[in-house]
Order: sequence, then structure tokens, then C-alpha cells
Amino acid sequence: MSLAELICPAGTPAALRTAVDAGADAVYCGFQDATNARNFPGLNFTPEELAEAVAYAHAKGAKVLLALNTYPPAGKVDLWRQAADTGARLGVDAFIVADMGVADYIARTHPGIRLHLSVQAAASSPEAIRYYCENFGVKRVVLPRILTIPEIRQIRKEIPCEIETFIFGNHGLMVEGRCSLTNYLTGQSTNMDGVCSPASDVEYARHADGSMSSQLAGFTIDCFGAEEKAGYPTICKGRYTAPHRPKGYYAFEEPISLNLSQLLPELIDAGVHAFKIEGRQRSKSYVRGVVTAFRKAVDDIRAGRPANMADLVALTEGQKQTQGAFETKKWR
Amino acid sequence: MSSTVDTNPRNRTIGGAVVSRLACAAVQPILSRVVRRVAARHPSLFARLGPHQSTDFLIDPIELPFALHLRPDPKALVFRAVPRDAAPKAGAVIRGRFLLLLELMDSEEDGDAAFFSRDLEVAGDTEAVVRLRNALDDVDGSIAEEAAAMFGPPGKAILARLRRAYSET
Repeated sequence: MSLAELICPAGTPAALRTAVDAGADAVYCGFQDATNARNFPGLNFTPEELAEAVAYAHAKGAKVLLALNTYPPAGKVDLWRQAADTGARLGVDAFIVADMGVADYIARTHPGIRLHLSVQAAASSPEAIRYYCENFGVKRVVLPRILTIPEIRQIRKEIPCEIETFIFGNHGLMVEGRCSLTNYLTGQSTNMDGVCSPASDVEYARHADGSMSSQLAGFTIDCFGAEEKAGYPTICKGRYTAPHRPKGYYAFEEPISLNLSQLLPELIDAGVHAFKIEGRQRSKSYVRGVVTAFRKAVDDIRAGRPANMADLVALTEGQKQTQGAFETKKWR
Repeated sequence: MSSTVDTNPRNRTIGGAVVSRLACAAVQPILSRVVRRVAARHPSLFARLGPHQSTDFLIDPIELPFALHLRPDPKALVFRAVPRDAAPKAGAVIRGRFLLLLELMDSEEDGDAAFFSRDLEVAGDTEAVVRLRNALDDVDGSIAEEAAAMFGPPGKAILARLRRAYSET
């Protein structure tokens, strides 16, 4: 059986402590800049906060993984190099990277620290994953959320590194690291600035009939009825009208969250080493609830008991959940 | 959505306006004390607010006879109860049931989940709301309990009774 480590999100030092106390084996986090894919206002860590967080986690036997998982624009790679140097100095246990240049710098400069390949690299074939392993010494790949469990099992046989899969949170079906939808409307890049639907460009409007519309950079991307559950204001989960769909339809994805709680035994059996919970932008309450639930489930499975999972649907986007491609590629 | 929309029908009558102003006058000394104490105990809050230290937030507990005006400027803190019909023009509005807002402040509830369920409404500057949420989320412990403790056993009893009353509804 694989280790089935629980990898948990933290957007603030308090969330990191919450995750560790709730049973995280490792916590992933980022600095307050464009070097990570959750570069949101008021979120993330200063170097001083990260130093304290690393000390707290290590004292309780948990690891800290530093996300440097965005792509440096030409001529601006120094920010990513400095972040890597700072992370190394502060004693992080691994870097989560997407860009080959960043991976190469860390492999040469900090060869003693593990490299994990971010989902932002969108490496979904054994050939692509092996390339990162052979050239940069990547020890773990975070797989895109587009693979079935039989496909994961097959990939595991063909690669020399560990596998991490998302088990809860954002469904994330875009070819990650390549999405330019936010850039198209706002001029800011998800992949280089770390912002997806930046809050500064988001506006909500409540209408007289109780409905609420969400706008990004002045463009309406959804309108939720008075009794309808809402989702994030992202273009990929927007609902649009077209001549043949006058009532509006989800052109790309629906507001729905991934929840693989029922598939954990199969994932472990397929050779998955680590389970990732998405949501650095979420609150301590979310971290506490989700990490506690999955900690118990993983411990149950390790002990040979049926996993008894808490109901997490209240924390899901649109208050709907799916097993997505992990169950079948016909999930829609 | 306008920041000065009156969601409470009681406020639209002359009697409602009088009740609202009396309630504001009654709670104001408490609010002033609480906000000074929280600011003194959690100075790191302000760094996460960044440029929105000077933003005017209108926090609107829909079932109370007044709203709350917050300007989290460490040099000139403002936290006051205001009648809805006299609320200042706010940069950001956060609206929901009082206990939900209290639990969001203490990270007992998840703000995104409350937004998904439509129990929480936000309007105006979304970045300001996100910064305030993240700033509060980085506070260890319960701000509500800290505030209640300032008033000794009666304060704690009132908070406990308030939570019980909401959990029964």
C-alpha cells in the first residue's frame, strides 16, 4: 500500500496551523507574489511568516511544500529564483514547480530539496512525466484531473516518481497552466501573475427579483436565480446564451467540486502516494472540516476499516460534487 | 446593488427609524471598545488589508435594526452602528444574518460556502471584501469571545445565549 499522504492547503499562517492540527501530513503554501497560482489579495505568507510556519509544522511532524508553480515572464525570472532561495533558506521540504526554467534552477542550486511537478505543468503522459524526472530530478507529479483510475494505474507503472492526485475541491478540467480566459478579459495572467478572476475585476449585482449576476471586467458571466446556488466568478464556469441556447448554458464547466472520498481505496490501490486537497483561498473553517474528514477516512482505510466520511457537500462549489474523470470520462 | 438599500421593513416606518437610532446609541459604546481592543491584540490584521485600510465597509446583519460601518484604518479606526437610512456610501457591503456574520468573523463558517448557498451577499469592491475576509481568517481564536470576555461573565452569557437562540431558529 502507498503512503497515502494527506497534502493540505494553507492561505495564511493560521490556516497552516489549523491544517497541521487537523492531521495534515504536509501543507502547501505560497509567498505574497506572482510566484504561485493563488496570488490573491490578503492571502499567503511573508518570508517571516513562512519561517514560523515551517518551525510549527516540523515540530508536529508535518512537511511544508512551497508552491512556485507559475511561469516567469521573459526577463522576470529573478523573482522565482529569489523565492526558491528564500524557501530553501527557511527549510521547506519541497518545491512545487511548473516551469522548466524554475525547475532547472532549483535542481542545480538546491539539489537537496525535493521537486514536485505542479498540476500547472499539465503533465499527463508517462513520456512527459519521465522527461521532468530525468532532467530535473522530479520526485512527485501532481496529475491533472482528467485521468481515469485505470489510466493512473498504468501511468504509475511507467514512471519513476510518486503520484499525487487531487481528491477534493476545484474540479479543474482546463489544460492547466495553459488557461488564458482570465487574461482575455482582464489582462492579468493566471499562469504568470497567479490570478484567476482577480477580485479587483469581479462585481456582483443583486436584482429586484432576487437573482444575482456576477461580472468579470464588466462582462456578465452568470446570473443565479433567487433560489439557485452560486459558484465562483470564473469564465470557465460561466453560463452563456447563444442563438441555439437562449436560456443560457455552461459552455465549459459547471460550478461543481471534485470529491473523491468514495474512491480513496481504489486510488491507493492504483499506486497514488499522496492525496491533495485544493483550496488555499478558502477559510480555516474549510481547512478544518475537510482535512479532519479526510484524515479520518485515510486512517480508516489504512487500518482496514471502511472509510466513514463526513458529508462535505456544504463546502462544495454550487453545493454540488462529482467524481469527474476519475470515475468516467462521461461525467457530464 | 446599492450600499444604502434598506432591507429591513421595520426601518421604513417612523417608529422603525426611532428604534434604529436608539439601538445605535445603545450599542455604540460597546462597539468602540471592542474594535480598539481587537486592533490592539491583532495588529497583523492591518497588513493583510493593504490598501483597503481606508475602505468603508458596510456590514449589514439583515435582522438587526441597524447596520455596522467599519473603516479599518489603524490610525483612525471607525466601527459604529448606523441606521440603514443614514448609512454612509460604502466601498463594500457584506450582508447576511447576524450569527452568520459573527461566525464568518471567527472562521467558524466558510465564507465561500456561505456565498455559494446565497446566505451571504457581497457588493461593491470585491477585492476589499476578500482582503477583509483573509485578514480575519488569519486571527487565531474567537474575536467574538474576546469581545464578550471584555464584559466579564455577563458578556460571555449574552454571547452564549445569542448563539443558542440562533441555533434554535
